[in-house]
Amino acid sequence: MNQELKHHILKALDAEMRFDGRKLTEFRNIEIETGISKNAEGSARVKIGETEVMTGIKLGIEKPFPDTPGDAILMVGTELVPMASPEFEAGPPDDQSIELSRVVDRGIRESKAIDLKKYCIKKGEKVWSISVDTVAINDAGNLLDAAALAAIVALKNTRFPKYENDAINYKELTNEALSIKKIPIAVTVVKIGDKFLIDPSLEEEQVMDAKLTVTSTADGIICALQKSGFVGLSTQDIDFMLSLGMEKAKELAKLIG
Amino acid sequence: MGELLVKDKEVVVPGEILSVGMDYLPATGTFREGENIIASMLGLASIDGRLIRLIPLSGKYLPKPRDIIIGKVTDVTFTGWRIDLNSAYTALLSVKDATSDFVNRGADLTVYYNFGDYITAKIINVTSQNLVDLTLKGPGLRKLGEGRIIHVAPNKVPRIIGKQGSMVMMIKDYTKCQIIVGQNGVVWISGQPSGEVVAVNAIRKIEAESHMSGLTERIKAFLESQKIG
Amino acid sequence: MAFTKRADGRKFDETRPIEAKAGIIKRADGSAYFKIGNTIAYAAVYGPRELYPRFLQDPSKGVLRCKYNMMPFSGAGERVRPGTSRRSREISLVTERALLPALNLEDFPNAVVDVFIELPQTDAGTRCAGICAASIALADAGIAMKEMVAAVSCGKVDDKILIDLDYSEESYEDGPVADIPVAMMPRTEKITLLQMDGEISKDEIMKALEMTKKVCKDIYEIQKAALKKKFGVGETNESGA
Repeated sequence: MNQELKHHILKALDAEMRFDGRKLTEFRNIEIETGISKNAEGSARVKIGETEVMTGIKLGIEKPFPDTPGDAILMVGTELVPMASPEFEAGPPDDQSIELSRVVDRGIRESKAIDLKKYCIKKGEKVWSISVDTVAINDAGNLLDAAALAAIVALKNTRFPKYENDAINYKELTNEALSIKKIPIAVTVVKIGDKFLIDPSLEEEQVMDAKLTVTSTADGIICALQKSGFVGLSTQDIDFMLSLGMEKAKELAKLIG
Repeated sequence: MGELLVKDKEVVVPGEILSVGMDYLPATGTFREGENIIASMLGLASIDGRLIRLIPLSGKYLPKPRDIIIGKVTDVTFTGWRIDLNSAYTALLSVKDATSDFVNRGADLTVYYNFGDYITAKIINVTSQNLVDLTLKGPGLRKLGEGRIIHVAPNKVPRIIGKQGSMVMMIKDYTKCQIIVGQNGVVWISGQPSGEVVAVNAIRKIEAESHMSGLTERIKAFLESQKIG
Repeated sequence: MAFTKRADGRKFDETRPIEAKAGIIKRADGSAYFKIGNTIAYAAVYGPRELYPRFLQDPSKGVLRCKYNMMPFSGAGERVRPGTSRRSREISLVTERALLPALNLEDFPNAVVDVFIELPQTDAGTRCAGICAASIALADAGIAMKEMVAAVSCGKVDDKILIDLDYSEESYEDGPVADIPVAMMPRTEKITLLQMDGEISKDEIMKALEMTKKVCKDIYEIQKAALKKKFGVGETNESGA
């Protein structure tokens, strides 16, 4: 079944080729657009091949979490809406969407892309909340990299609304940008047989043995890792995949500018 | 007396008035409303004398008896297999229509066809509730070996196959691939990786440009421009 | 302050600028994008496909199921929590009612046609934009339809009858306001969605509906053009070589 498909994909990979003609370390065509939702404080649309996601940032004022009274609240969510794929069902987030949210969250949080302490208004009482919501528009594989990219682009694009007299006036955006100190970039590296590739298509995701999402920043620091798939990876595999992930992250970082 | 409001091969949308007056007759994809003939789907107007019909430009596959299709095994039961036809309805392949072997009751049918296998089969019957019966008994009908599967719009299948198979034959010759096109829009391609990529691109091109004339020449030119191997 | 002209300079019977595209979500069987002013709606159609759970199946014809959803960042104020709300469920229901009369689902007993509407940006008129997008998406999916469905809001601000109220007009506070979302099948002029909230007289409603009829026909032309454009039919009229 999938064994035959996998075997056929491997045959192509042996010829250094994928079903869509790409090389193993080649991204599909990437489109990035910002400001796609005027009501969001920051937003972006990312398309990798035919995979498309939209991310919107909403800022608000909340009471901080009790264990981090001096930190702004960062919330990352993903909606894999049924519009984007016949495999997605309406309803509360499933495991795939939760994992996606958490991996994107880790990339932003652990890279210290945002100085959460900076956006505390009154310790223990009032902090800014930064909600990063990604909605899938079309799933053609590798939603994670698209979501992570859209998230950081949207964050870079975020402006604060006017905040006076203890109230937010969403109708007026100030010129104050959300300060983004680092640009975490996620690259998912997939292992099929003994071949490694990036930016998997739907079929490649279906037959993959293992995948490793590497989130890194320009200074060569890796800030998040996530392995999935049911086959184990050797340390050599991991070494190779980390390097490949970081190298490819540089390509994506260039697109953000 | 009557007036035709659209040209042959014009793209029309649901609700569009195609003709006025009792001279014209509605056929597939159109209906009469008073003096007018109206389009009931997105399609290409096809004017045949006084008959106006629509060639659908999209839509799910509607199973028809005698169609040769490619389906995927999604379930294995005691009496046969459930096959996904990429349509609104699944199909059933019973043991007696799959093999001439004597199969014991309760035998493990996965030795014949297993989950995820692709088969090319013929539709023998479609009930009023759109339940479909398949048979594998017939020339060329079998489990498909290693290859890749792509989905195309079922209404493009005739253009992909071409008159008496001429289009698909041309693609097979250039790419040196085996290609089977199911009436249900499922296509199986098997060959060298580079040949397969070109075959897929050619088929996608046919899909995108099928409503434009001069298709055969353009596909031929495309195939000639591709380096294979 | 009396309402004498519209903030964006539109005529009373003028819609905001409209942009429509078909076939923009490749995995769906049919899809569309519909933008009216600052309200943007995406629609995706999946089907006809098998309907689960079984008890929802109708052995005489296919079933239509609509789901309307606003993205969390789509609104003008705070973030909208993901998930359904009473409002979104009601809108899903009236959207189904608005589209079903146009569809012909007899060839698909026991199957379902699923329509998903998602809005990334909202500025009033969302259910109408969703219906317009859904109608294009249904046609794009090859579903048999007697006609398409166009929708737009009409209503009253102060003493003026208007088409396509935007958010600022809906929230006018210095006089009576009525917001009337309407969906119509343009050829037969049959209305399939009609809701109203506000204060308005019967004569004013009838006047508003008359104005809406013409506007819905104009919207149908835009929906038509979006579908034809997908097949390369545009101003250049490229329908053959």
